[in-house]
Amino acid sequence: MEILRTVLPFTFLLIVVAPFLGNYIYKVLDGQKHFMLPIFGKPEKVIYKLSSVNFSESMDFKKYCLALLTFHFFGFVILFILLSTQRWLPFNPQHVDNMNWHTALNTSISFVTNTNWQSYAGETGLSYFSQMIGLTVQNFVSAATGIAVFAALVRGITGQTVQSIGNFWVDLTRSVLYILLPLSIIWAVLLAGEGVVQNINPYTEAITLEGVTQIIPQGPAASQIAIKQLGTNGGGFFNTNSAHPLENPTPFSNFLELFAILLIPVSLTFTYSKMVKSPGQGRVLFAVMSILFLSGLAISLYSEYQPSEIWGNLSYMEGKETRNGIAGSVLWSEVTTAASSGSVNTMHDSLSPLSGMVAMVNMMIGEVIFGGVGAGMYSMIIFVILTVFIAGLMVGRTPEFLGKKIEAFEIKMCMLAVLAPAIVILIFSAIACCIPAGLSGLNNTGPHGLSEILYAFGSTAGNNGSSFAGLNVHSIFYNILTAVGMLIGRFGVIIPVLAIAGNLGQKKITPVSQGTFRTDNWLFGGLLIAIILIVGGLTFFPVLSLGPVAEHFLLQNGILF
Amino acid sequence: MILLLGIIYPLFITGIAQVCFHDKSNGSLVKKNGVVIGSALIGQQFDNKAYFTSRPSASGYNTLPSGASNLSLTSKKLQEQIIQRKKEFIAVNKLPSDQVVPSEMLFASGSGLDPHISPQAALLQVERIAEARHFSSEQKQKLKQLIENNTEKPLWNWLGETKMNVLLLNLQLDGIK
Repeated sequence: MEILRTVLPFTFLLIVVAPFLGNYIYKVLDGQKHFMLPIFGKPEKVIYKLSSVNFSESMDFKKYCLALLTFHFFGFVILFILLSTQRWLPFNPQHVDNMNWHTALNTSISFVTNTNWQSYAGETGLSYFSQMIGLTVQNFVSAATGIAVFAALVRGITGQTVQSIGNFWVDLTRSVLYILLPLSIIWAVLLAGEGVVQNINPYTEAITLEGVTQIIPQGPAASQIAIKQLGTNGGGFFNTNSAHPLENPTPFSNFLELFAILLIPVSLTFTYSKMVKSPGQGRVLFAVMSILFLSGLAISLYSEYQPSEIWGNLSYMEGKETRNGIAGSVLWSEVTTAASSGSVNTMHDSLSPLSGMVAMVNMMIGEVIFGGVGAGMYSMIIFVILTVFIAGLMVGRTPEFLGKKIEAFEIKMCMLAVLAPAIVILIFSAIACCIPAGLSGLNNTGPHGLSEILYAFGSTAGNNGSSFAGLNVHSIFYNILTAVGMLIGRFGVIIPVLAIAGNLGQKKITPVSQGTFRTDNWLFGGLLIAIILIVGGLTFFPVLSLGPVAEHFLLQNGILF
Repeated sequence: MILLLGIIYPLFITGIAQVCFHDKSNGSLVKKNGVVIGSALIGQQFDNKAYFTSRPSASGYNTLPSGASNLSLTSKKLQEQIIQRKKEFIAVNKLPSDQVVPSEMLFASGSGLDPHISPQAALLQVERIAEARHFSSEQKQKLKQLIENNTEKPLWNWLGETKMNVLLLNLQLDGIK
C-alpha cells in the first residue's frame, strides 16, 4: 500500500507532463517560435552582445568541442578562485573561512562536471556568495552543457553531409534561458512556500525548551535547490542534502524535488523523437529506460522491506527521515542514481545491501536510465550505436543507424566512452583498497567497506555525486583521485560523443529499405537492454559480488562486522 | 550570465519569498514570549523526562553541520547502539521488556535533525510524562487529546507518512494546566 501510494502518482504524473515539455524543449533547441521568447528573448540578445564570442558561427566538431572545453576551463578557474578567497568576499555573514586548495579543486571540478560530489559541509564550509555566484551558476551551466551536447549529437545523426553540429554558445544560452531558468523560478517559489529557507541573513540563535543554544542555519537555499534538482546536479545546500529539514521540509516539497529530478531527463526522450522525426525512436528508449528503472526499484524495495532476524524485524530507519518513510526514501535513492542527480533524502550508506547495490549499478552502467540532463540521452545513444553494431555483426549486415553507416571510427569512440568511466571505477577503487590513504577513510568494515570505496568512484565517474557518506573523503588523496575520476567520467564521454556527432554528420543518409535493421521496435529494445546489462554486468559483477551481494547474504545469516 | 544566474535570479527569488512566505523562508522560527526557541522544521534534543523524546541523532541535534551515522546494516556498532537505545527507551518509559519499540526511536535519522516521530512512539511516552508532571487523570486525557490533535496524516491521504512534530507537541504540552 505504502509503496503503491508513493510510486504510482509519481510515475503517472511524469508520463503525462513529459511529452509536453519534450515538445517544448525541441522547439527551443531547434530555434523555433515558442511562448517564452517574448520574456527571455531580450536577455538572450543582451547576453550575446555582452560576450565577445561569435554566436552566428556554425561549428564543426572541433570548434564545438573547443568552445565547450574553454567554457568549462574558465568556469573552473573562476569557481576555484571564489572558493579559495571566500573569506574576503561579500555575502558572508557567518565569516566562513577560505577553502583549502584540494577541497576547492575537488569542489570546482565537481560542480563544473555536473557531478556535485561534496567533500565539504555546505552550512559550515561555504559563504552565501560562493553558493550563489559559484555553485548556483555552475548548477545551471553544467546542466545546460548536457543538453547542448545531446542536441549536437542528434544534429550529427540527422544531418545530411554537414560539417556543422550547431553552435555551443547558442545551445548553452537557450537551454539556460528557456528551459532551466523558467522551471527553476517556479520550483524555487514553490519550495520557499513549503518552508525551504531563502534569505541572506545570518544564522539565527535559538534557546531551546530545555535551555540549550541551537543555531538555525539560513541562506539562499530554495533558489539553489530548485536548479540542483531540475538540472540533475544534486549538490546540497546543507551537508545532509535533501534529508535536511530546511532543504526538504514537507511531503509536498519531497514530491516536488523528486519530480524535478526526472522531469527533464524523461522529457528529453520525447525531444529526441521530435528531433529525429520518428516517434518510435524516442519511445523505444523511453521504454527501455522505464523497464530498467522499474526493475531496479523493485529489487531495491524488496531488499529494503526484507526483514532480517538479526534486526528483530525492525524496519530499517537508520539514516532515514520519519516524514519520508521507507518507500519514499527508497524511491528517491532509485531516482537519484538512475538520473545522475546525486541529491539524497536518505543516507545511502545505511541502505540495505541490495538497495545500495542497485544504486551503484545505476551509476556504473553509465547513467543511462534517464540519466543526467542531456547526459543520459547521449550516453544511451552510445549504447544504441553499440547495439546496432553488434546486431549487425550477428546477422551479417552493414550496421546502419537512422540511415547512417556505423563504421570503425564510431565504434572506437563508443568504446572509449563506455570504457573511460569503467576504468576509473575499477582501477581507482583498486588503488584505494591497496594503500593506507584509501583505507583510512572507511567508516564501516567488512564487505560494506569495499562498497563505500566502490560507491565513491562509481558516483564520481558517473558524475552522480551521491555518496556512501561514511567514507571520509576530506583528504588530499580522495579529493585528487575523485576529481580526476569526475573529469574522465565527464569529458571522457563528451569528447567521443561530439566526435561521433561530427563524423556522422558528414555521412550521407541511406534511405530506409526492406533490409534496414529497425531501431524502433521491441526487438531492438530487448537487444539494447541485453547489451547494457551484459556490458555493465561483465565489467562490474565480480566486484559487486564481493561487496553488496556478499553483504546481503551475511546480513541474512546475521553476521556483523 | 553569472550576473543573471548568480545575483539576479537568487535575489529575485529571495524577494518573492520574503514577501509571500516571510516566516517560511526565514526558517519557520517558533517563538515563545518573544524569544526564538527553535525552528518548527528542525528537531531538538529532549532529555527531560517531562518532555516527549525526539529520535536518536548521530550529530546530537547539532546543526553545524548536520550529519548521520552512516553505519551499515552489517555494523556491530550499530547493533550495540540499537540494543542500548531499546533498553533505555523501555526503562525510562517503564514498558514491559518485550514491548515493540517503533524503529524510528531506535535508528538515528538522516539529517540528525528529524523533527518528527510517529504517533505510536508518542503514545508509549504518555505514562512517563504524566508521572513526571504529576498529571491528574483529567490532564492525562488532555495529553492524549494533544497527541491526536498533533498527528499529521499524509497530505491528501497519499503523500508522506503519518507523523507528529516533537517540538510543537512539547510546546503545547507546557500549556496543559
